Amino acid sequence: MNFLSYFRAQRKQTASVAKERLQIIIARERLQCAGGPDYLPMLQDELLAVVRKYIAVDRNAVRMQLDQEGDCEVLELNITLPDSP
Amino acid sequence: MTRIIVVTSGKGGVGKTTTSANFAAGLANAGRRTAVIDFDVGLRSLDLIMGCERRVVYDFINVINGEATLKQALIKDKRTPGLFILPASQTRDKDALTTEGVERVLDELSQEFDYIVCDSPAGIERGAYLAMYFADEAIVVTNPEVSSVRDSDRVLGLLASKTRRAERGEPSVRERLLVTRYAPSRVGRGEMLSVEDVQEILAIELLGVIPESTTVLNASNSGMPVILEARSNAGQAYQDAVARFLGEEREHRFLTEKKGLFGWLFGGSSA
Repeated sequence: MNFLSYFRAQRKQTASVAKERLQIIIARERLQCAGGPDYLPMLQDELLAVVRKYIAVDRNAVRMQLDQEGDCEVLELNITLPDSP
Repeated sequence: MTRIIVVTSGKGGVGKTTTSANFAAGLANAGRRTAVIDFDVGLRSLDLIMGCERRVVYDFINVINGEATLKQALIKDKRTPGLFILPASQTRDKDALTTEGVERVLDELSQEFDYIVCDSPAGIERGAYLAMYFADEAIVVTNPEVSSVRDSDRVLGLLASKTRRAERGEPSVRERLLVTRYAPSRVGRGEMLSVEDVQEILAIELLGVIPESTTVLNASNSGMPVILEARSNAGQAYQDAVARFLGEEREHRFLTEKKGLFGWLFGGSSA
């Protein structure tokens, strides 16, 4: 420690911000690339539109994931429904 | 059996050509017959970094098009025995590269060389794609900086899917990370991603860390790979990385900064 540390402590450690941002964006991009087909975001949009015709859900309440299980590709669609009043 | 190495990164300016030149020189110095190919058609730079720019007569594209033989185009390095350079064309564009043409040249080189180092251009277009397509090994060059790390991750995805090994279902390309332009003092102050951070995010084996150093630019200025400067930190770091590449175990050096009295008084609180 030294007498300049006092001033340093005020400054945001940008390296940790960088790491956090990278971890989030890379996780997302890996999913998009590995989850392959380009139509996935569009499919998600259209499915969401159908669900919304009947139930009011938020955009973020829909999760879509493409997994490989043995020889099969599994498309997993997860919709969190709002609590019924 | 010849091994084909691609030096790649996605992002430009991170040190691919410098790394290609130094690895090629290091491998040749270790007694391996080595050819290094510049895949950056239209924007060649390896010839300058290796100090043979005035000896270029024929290039990679000339050989692909049958306008010159491989023997005519290969430039023999003047300092390191067993090292040859195949320069890129400066006048054509990347469409001049064909998969069949590249394969033919690599096959012919394989009959004579132990290692073929492919210096990839930046980006993920044709030149970069063909530089990695036939690779057995990949050295992913990354700066401890957000856009470089993200691009490297993208390139790792391509290495796993768009290479001949991937398409044929053969054992995958061996991927190893080389962190360049590393500034331990800035890492200590929390201003730069640490090598552990980068490795954690990319999750591949670490081949080496090259410290940010003025000798690298000096070496480029004079057209001599820094690995030949046995006293410089960057040169020693490249020597270590090449030795690790060849299977030797070496401890990582230059990850922390030596501090003088001034640094101790005014520097950060890091070790």
